[in-house]
Amino acid sequence: MTAATITARQSFTETTARATVTAQERKIAFSFRNVTKRFGDKTVLQGVDLDVHDGQFVAVIGKSGCGKSTLLRLLAGLDKPTSGELVHADETKDQKRTRIMFQEPRLLPWARVGANVDVGLTGIAKGVEVRKKSLDILAEVGLADRSEEWPSVLSGGQRQRVALARALVGHPSILALDEPLGALDALTRIEMQQLLERIWLSKKFTAVLVTHDVAEAVALADRVVVIDSGRIALDLPIPVERPRRHASPELAFFERQILDQLYKQKTP
Amino acid sequence: MSRALQSIGRSAIGWLLPALLLVGWEIASRAGVISANVLPAPSAVGAAFWKLLLSGELLENIRISTLRALSGFAVGGAIGFGLGLANGLSALSRGLTDTTIQMIRNIPHLALIPLVILWFGIDEEAKLFLVALGVFFPIYINTLLGIQGVDPQLVEMGRIYGMSRSQLFVRVILPGALPSIFVGLRYALGIMWLTLIVAETISASSGLGYMAMQAREFLLIDVVVLSILIYALLGKLADTLARYLERLCLQWHPAFQNA
Repeated sequence: MTAATITARQSFTETTARATVTAQERKIAFSFRNVTKRFGDKTVLQGVDLDVHDGQFVAVIGKSGCGKSTLLRLLAGLDKPTSGELVHADETKDQKRTRIMFQEPRLLPWARVGANVDVGLTGIAKGVEVRKKSLDILAEVGLADRSEEWPSVLSGGQRQRVALARALVGHPSILALDEPLGALDALTRIEMQQLLERIWLSKKFTAVLVTHDVAEAVALADRVVVIDSGRIALDLPIPVERPRRHASPELAFFERQILDQLYKQKTP
Repeated sequence: MSRALQSIGRSAIGWLLPALLLVGWEIASRAGVISANVLPAPSAVGAAFWKLLLSGELLENIRISTLRALSGFAVGGAIGFGLGLANGLSALSRGLTDTTIQMIRNIPHLALIPLVILWFGIDEEAKLFLVALGVFFPIYINTLLGIQGVDPQLVEMGRIYGMSRSQLFVRVILPGALPSIFVGLRYALGIMWLTLIVAETISASSGLGYMAMQAREFLLIDVVVLSILIYALLGKLADTLARYLERLCLQWHPAFQNA
């Protein structure tokens, strides 16, 4: 019981510290400036303006086809905006790293778990250092003893944890998450949310989570951005202290606001 | 211990049917059901084997045939693999060569034997050319298919993590294509023996096929049957080797993990 209290208190203090820093510096991690993206004659994003602060956890939510995944692909540099620009704050060579995690783990089936994590250090570290860093990060996601296994013997949640380890091993400044928990069962998903929150609190990267699960968004994020027809329809801060309790009345209040926004258009 | 016995039992079961056939065949021959002019008894074939083994003729012919088969395989396989890779990786290369290759593929390569004899005579080049041509297609097609079938999501993942083109090839594309390449390899090994035997029976002055043809001239049916059995064993040996390699290289594949 004492251990649990200490952990809770630690993360509480950390959150408070984080809030103070954000308030003081307000350093920006990246900004979308009037970004428009078209595929052929279909406009997916229309004039999006979005500033995200360093270390912030932003959830992007919207119905399918609203352009939220496109937003993430632009952020990760997988696509280029049709017009407007995307500015990264840290242009120094090591800090610029943005990692993306997908709904599928995308592990190499022919590489063992440890070697899959090594992929995250491509061009960053070499030799013995790689192994050490990979094992460290695997321990953090709770898979220290699985580094010599093939991915095919892991469960869906474990594979996604390997993918998370691979994304984090190179210490990215921004982690983009494209519905990474969407394919998991409800209980595994809650475990993964807690793991994600714990790691985000300790590593202090900027997290952008695309999801269609409103409860997940309010449970994890500092701020929820709702996208509708390619535009930002709602930008809502979630000033709830961590650790947060699933389905608490406070979270339910924010959840309601987001759902109202999402369904407003549907029934005029 | 019992698991080891089980695994021996599993591999032994495949040999049960050939052994039974052999016994039945011997009994039928001894009882006079099968005339010795049509099919000699296994014991007679065994005797022929022993005689040829002692004279050194058999081993020499096996050696020559194996050498021809492997060199033809090396040449055809290397070209097929190289072109398969090139066409799988480069749309330009594929556009340039694929149509031509598909046209040539539709000619049965054994139909080229008369032409090949005119070009190369009955020397080693003729056999090498035919085997290489036969082996080329399965290797080429399966390498190409394997590369085209690599999961594009994994390739995208590799790019995101900053892999260079060569890293992407070694760590993502080649291992992804390997299962398909092995299918090609096993096909090619079968075609390798088939082509060589046909080529040797038609135009050769040494080798297993030649041995069989000579034996036919002198009505030595036991030697003819012996040659056929040796083809079967060599083919099985090649396939076993390929499967062993496959098992070694594809340990990660769920299909090879239940052992």
